[in-house]
Amino acid sequence: MSAALLVQVLRDPAQSGRLDAEGWNRLLAAARAERLIGTLAYRLDDVAVPDAARLVLTDAKRDTAREGQQALWEADRAADAMRGLDVKPILLKGTAYVAADLRAGQGRFIGDLDILVPRNAMPAVERALIAAGWEWVKEDPYDEAYYRQWMHELPPMIHVERDRMIDVHHTVLPLTARQTPEAAAMIADAIPIANGLYILSAEDRIVHSAAHMLADGDMQGGLRNLWDIHCLLPDADPAALDARAARHGLARHVGQARRLAGALYGDGARLTLWDRLVRARLLARNGWGQESRKLLVFAFYIRSHWLRMPPAMLMRHLWNKWRKGHRPQ
Amino acid sequence: MRHHITLRIGPATFRIGSAWRQPIEQLARLYAAYPDVQGAIADFTVRLQPTSLLRRFVRPSIFITGDHGLADAAPMSLAHGLLAAEMGMNLQMALGWRRHLLLHASSVEKDGRVLVMTGESGSGKSTLSALLGERGWRFMGDEFALLDCDTGAILPFPRLVSLKNRAIDVVTGAVGEARMGPLLTATAKGDIRHMVPRADAVARMDEGGMPALLLFPRFGHAADVRTLGQGEIFMRLTQASTNYVAMGEPAFTGLTRFVRQVPARAIDFASGEEAFAMVDRLWEELA
Repeated sequence: MSAALLVQVLRDPAQSGRLDAEGWNRLLAAARAERLIGTLAYRLDDVAVPDAARLVLTDAKRDTAREGQQALWEADRAADAMRGLDVKPILLKGTAYVAADLRAGQGRFIGDLDILVPRNAMPAVERALIAAGWEWVKEDPYDEAYYRQWMHELPPMIHVERDRMIDVHHTVLPLTARQTPEAAAMIADAIPIANGLYILSAEDRIVHSAAHMLADGDMQGGLRNLWDIHCLLPDADPAALDARAARHGLARHVGQARRLAGALYGDGARLTLWDRLVRARLLARNGWGQESRKLLVFAFYIRSHWLRMPPAMLMRHLWNKWRKGHRPQ
Repeated sequence: MRHHITLRIGPATFRIGSAWRQPIEQLARLYAAYPDVQGAIADFTVRLQPTSLLRRFVRPSIFITGDHGLADAAPMSLAHGLLAAEMGMNLQMALGWRRHLLLHASSVEKDGRVLVMTGESGSGKSTLSALLGERGWRFMGDEFALLDCDTGAILPFPRLVSLKNRAIDVVTGAVGEARMGPLLTATAKGDIRHMVPRADAVARMDEGGMPALLLFPRFGHAADVRTLGQGEIFMRLTQASTNYVAMGEPAFTGLTRFVRQVPARAIDFASGEEAFAMVDRLWEELA
């Protein structure tokens, strides 16, 4: 399994010294597929690497540097659009890590801009963003209604000129999920960084990342989420983190994220049976960058829906999506 | 993957994997004269995989992807597997190459100086470069010209030449059957046949040259030569580049220098002979 090789080298870059060309090809393909190639490039800064691989890694560093710059500009534009609303723009995930110059941001791939605002400020934020040139991506009325009624974020918007997406969150998990983290507490404790922007507290950053990875979704990109968590953990006070996770109802998820981060990227950890299943899912990637363990991956896909909504609602939702021609990948 | 091959074209190395044998065998035959790089560390991985489990065996259908891919890429029939592999390599270059500015252009070289020809699909730039390559020029590439933003040089990317429809007979007549790939009928772009570049084009594929003339050819119109303003040339070249935005400031600087230094003309022609005469004359006058 090449995802396992990727994890090994991220944990201990010196391990790359024993790779032959074939091994490097597997490593680079897995790193690209998991969107960890930029991270890998920074990890391999101080070890000897064959010239051909170094070229690929240097390209990746340059790409993530440009992506970081672009992400900061998007954050700046969103903050500018929201000026005068008396709403703190709180950056989440990749953009937050880059804006605050955290280790998790080094070489990180950044897709959309994610921000968190209070739920009662959503209509004003929505109007302000539309006035500044963002527009809706989804045209489908069912999806639109679904987002507004049940999700933790507005339907995605895209900027008409810059072609970049923004996700405006008002909490951490879908409203239909079994856990209900206290978004108000996260917002109240957010930390100001430069240029009128905010990020979550050190503990909430981990809670948010763990919730996103383990309580929502099908673990696509899970290795990267877990790398984020691994990098975020040293900034948090362990006791404060436990208390915070418990307050948000996510103690179990944060505990599992800690064990998995320790097992995959750190000094090791004792894993439960369920941890081992999650680990097997996370490592489902072969040397050509393809997803492997198809049944397991599919099972996690089913689970992601199970987590998101109660059974009757799930049935209605799946029926609606099927009718519209959606099929799982 | 079960079948695979590693190919180097100019500065880029590709590891191509396929669920089926045929595309790899065809690549091996047509790229036989290219450097042997089996077991090298590749810049890109290309995958030709079945669109679904069933489509591996029953009416096989190829999904082209790799390190870089498009989720909505149209599936292709296994009969067009060679084309799929070529498209897979192009896709990696278009989406992933960062070491040079990529211009969707053909290029040929003479006396160390390079003629660059850019235009939409069907403009005749591929055919023209292939035929010039048989008439005393060195063929450098029919799809991508690589602009080195530091030195200003154009580097070759001499993959197989992809010829479409009417161009197939014209070029086959000029180079002979031995250098031609299988005829692929009824692809999304009509009939396609690949041509192996001359041995010198492959042997010198690491050797660039300074650009001396830029042409915007257009086949199928009455003969005409027009000048273009530098602003228009710049804009057309940014549109002809897939990585101009991703490369950032070096691309702007490199392209600005290119546009300022390289004379450019738009040429219309109705036949090959007309085009050769125009190219010779403009090269004589401007380059």
